[in-house]
Amino acid sequence: MTDIAGNAAPLEPGGPLGTLGPAGDMVTVATPVTAVPRSAWRLLLRRPTFIIGAVIIVFWVFCAIFGHAIAPYNPLEQQLLFNNTGPSSAHWFGTDTLGRDVLSRVLVGARDILVVTPLATILGTILGTALGLAMGYLGGPFDLVVGRFVEAVLALPAVIIAFLFIVALGPSTTTLIVVIGLIFTPLIARTVRAAVLTERNLDYLSSARLLGERPLRIMFREILPNVMPAILVEFTVRLGYAVFAVATLSFLGFGVQPPTPDWGSDIAADYSGLLAGYWWQVLFPALAIASLVTAVNLITDSIEQVLNS
Amino acid sequence: MTTDSGPALVVSNMDVSYKVRGQDRRALKNVSFTVARGESYGLVGESGSGKSTVALALVRYLPRNGRVSAGTVSINGQDPLGMGKAELRELRAKTISMVYQEPGRALNPSLRVGEQIAEVFEIAGEKSDEATASAENMLRKVQISDPGRVMRRYPYELSGGMAQRVVIAMALAVSPSLLILDEPTTALDATVEAEVLDLVAALRQEFDTSVLFISHNLAVIAKMCDRVGVLYAGELVEEGPARQVFDDPRHPYTVGLLRCIPRRGQRKDRDRLDTIPGFLPGPGHNLAGCVFAPRCALARDRCRTEPPPFFDVGDLRTARCFFHEQAPDLPRATPASAAALATDGIGGPLVKIEKLSKTFPGGVQALAGVDLTVHRGETLGLVGESGSGKTTLARTLLGLTSADQGSVLTLDGKQLSADARRRPRDVLRALQIVFQNPDSALNRRHTVRSLISRPLSRLAGLSGTGLRDRLAELISSVRLEERHLALRPGQLSGGLKQRVAIARAFGARPDVVVCDEPTSALDVSVQAAILNLLADLQQQEHATYLFISHDLGLVRYLSDRIVVLYLGRVMEVGPAEVVFTGPHHPYTEALFSAVPSLDGQRPDRIKLEGEIPSAANPPSGCVFHTRCPRKLSTGVCESTEPPLLEGEPGHLIRCHIPLTELRTIQLSESVPSQGSSH
Repeated sequence: MTDIAGNAAPLEPGGPLGTLGPAGDMVTVATPVTAVPRSAWRLLLRRPTFIIGAVIIVFWVFCAIFGHAIAPYNPLEQQLLFNNTGPSSAHWFGTDTLGRDVLSRVLVGARDILVVTPLATILGTILGTALGLAMGYLGGPFDLVVGRFVEAVLALPAVIIAFLFIVALGPSTTTLIVVIGLIFTPLIARTVRAAVLTERNLDYLSSARLLGERPLRIMFREILPNVMPAILVEFTVRLGYAVFAVATLSFLGFGVQPPTPDWGSDIAADYSGLLAGYWWQVLFPALAIASLVTAVNLITDSIEQVLNS
Repeated sequence: MTTDSGPALVVSNMDVSYKVRGQDRRALKNVSFTVARGESYGLVGESGSGKSTVALALVRYLPRNGRVSAGTVSINGQDPLGMGKAELRELRAKTISMVYQEPGRALNPSLRVGEQIAEVFEIAGEKSDEATASAENMLRKVQISDPGRVMRRYPYELSGGMAQRVVIAMALAVSPSLLILDEPTTALDATVEAEVLDLVAALRQEFDTSVLFISHNLAVIAKMCDRVGVLYAGELVEEGPARQVFDDPRHPYTVGLLRCIPRRGQRKDRDRLDTIPGFLPGPGHNLAGCVFAPRCALARDRCRTEPPPFFDVGDLRTARCFFHEQAPDLPRATPASAAALATDGIGGPLVKIEKLSKTFPGGVQALAGVDLTVHRGETLGLVGESGSGKTTLARTLLGLTSADQGSVLTLDGKQLSADARRRPRDVLRALQIVFQNPDSALNRRHTVRSLISRPLSRLAGLSGTGLRDRLAELISSVRLEERHLALRPGQLSGGLKQRVAIARAFGARPDVVVCDEPTSALDVSVQAAILNLLADLQQQEHATYLFISHDLGLVRYLSDRIVVLYLGRVMEVGPAEVVFTGPHHPYTEALFSAVPSLDGQRPDRIKLEGEIPSAANPPSGCVFHTRCPRKLSTGVCESTEPPLLEGEPGHLIRCHIPLTELRTIQLSESVPSQGSSH
């Protein structure tokens, strides 16, 4: 019967509950589980996964900004004499069907995906947070109606919705941002709503009502800071998906239009070359996408673990 | 069981430390004690004293960063510290059992109760069908009347008391030679606690088990234990037979701790509670001398430089204090008499509650036609088991929960809207609350400054220097310091957090403050300071209190009048002393009987059987008849709800038994005496 252990918090390592919390004057260690501790940055910087992820992202951000300066060739310049050449000392990543340097296209192609991805995710997070806060806090009929609507949207395949919008609005970077942001909104709203529900029964909300606070203030000043950690994690998770979404839509021709270099559209343009053995034309842009997704996920995992520790 | 005749548990010179950020922080230092065979030994201490660490260390359940860094342990002659995995498993399976505070967390939520208990017997080597029979038998031993039915239930379908019985059944299934109980009744109601404690005492006799009983509740330890050890900051400071230690403590900490508890006869307007100044040293402290010296009024230079050894103070007692002879005369930390007497005190009716009902979805009637008047300046104590409607009453008054149609709430003659959102600012200002748990009541992302300032700007309409002056005044009256203003609740101790909550409630000078178990999340020594503060603030601000507590000692200390609720109905209301001395309603009588007292002399009087019935389906007639020990044989209790009748001026009782008769029955038994617990 002794296997029923495990509910007594140890003296020191920060159990905020129970009869065992240190009763000293200033409790320096115990931090509520969901609050972002001030030392979170330091804890993050101690995690190798975070460092690796951050280095990769910083590299791609650098490329997005200075891609043209560091690219060995003009990514648009066609050298038809040298088309479809494999990796060599002159062209590390080889050249594509039009004889453009793949390395230069990969470096410069970081720009759009790195602009669209975060902006789309930020848009989705802002809208989703507002909707989730309202659903969670107001509850009742509002939650019921909006909740059903959210579920209905989630039931449709995201790509279909994206097509619909892009066809209606015409392909552009702005369209991509809006479309992906809107697709993410219900997903993020659902997560935020769940986080708000765990807060809703806490007495500080009763206190706020007894001070006559307005619902908007209660949602944004009282609840929002407490669900921030959940939102932060959700944001980074969505960021990873957004990279895929942007690359997928570009591949399908709904994103950045040729000849502007872009990982997704470059793969689309050249993947038929795979049959002829021109693997480098597809592999390197694909690796670029993979590295970005991996980096985002490494960071997501680190943040999640730091917040939960 | 083994045939070994040595002590059940010997702990000698045990040190435990936790590694935090690469540094060893000592949580227990040089702890030695012995539990003899068949003995019940109590470990008592406040939060952070290390009492649960002792329990975890004994069975090697310390978290990964904790280790026993010195000393030896012997359980039934075996050394758990040196054991390999298989031996340890054997020891935990056969020799030692533990029962924790939260029975709900000790049971596997996805297994039926019967399967869980049977599993214990199967591990001990029984066949499946034998194990099931043994499990059923075991449930009968923990006085579960319908074991067959309970076996088929899932843990969530059991009440707290029932679940704790199941856990105890599992713990005793293997006839352990040592049973460790870590705050086993802290999460339970007083009436259920009394039952569980009686059960443990009876089973201890039957199974001849040695018990290590860990609790923060001195009265529970006094009731349950032969000997007691007082733990402070990881060290045992005093040890001896429970009776003697509590009647005549010889360590200044024990003396101080006992003085923090309101005793029978103490009243907020006459006697201030003593407190223990200062704070518990943090784990890993590096005090050269006595650990209690920084907080001790008797401490001299020697205490700060030299660790005191255990002194034999007679009667098999030891105290770790150089000046143990002077300990009983420890100077008070707070003056004994209350600052000023509230003679202007109580005025006319301020809050009137009429026909207050609240039915939750699903037909749960939390309140059923409550009529109450709260007078200006008084403290109205609200008592009853959980589920009696205390908190719902407070929340409907505040407008946090809407009362049913037909309920009437008035403040100063003006009718109140049922919903706080529709109440004008002045009404919101007039009614405020101090919640039980400051961790939940204070927004952990706001600073103390913004938490306390908000009611000032929002309800009192203050700004600029007016706000700053009031803020300064408030923090000094709740004894916070300027430096606390920039901190967030997570950086404060429990007592300081509750002071912030109190400052917020008083900020806009409310007329009525609801105190909903304001000290039940706090330690005894902190509780005393908060109670003194509440009493002072009432004087200063002429506030009216609605004081909710399960601790009858506190209610008696603070209240002018008392209301006893049962299943959402007022069973008794009257002046505090009258309600306490009786004659009282049989339910009130049972509540008082259930509270263990520190003097321990009081014979058990009447006991409540079973648990509070479902409010969705209350019993017919008098709702208390299903548990009433004084039910009349005429059948009137089952058929007719008795009216709330005034027996003496201001003292109303809802019972078919006439007051005179109640007086005769209750006086003919024993004299009630309440020292209290917690």
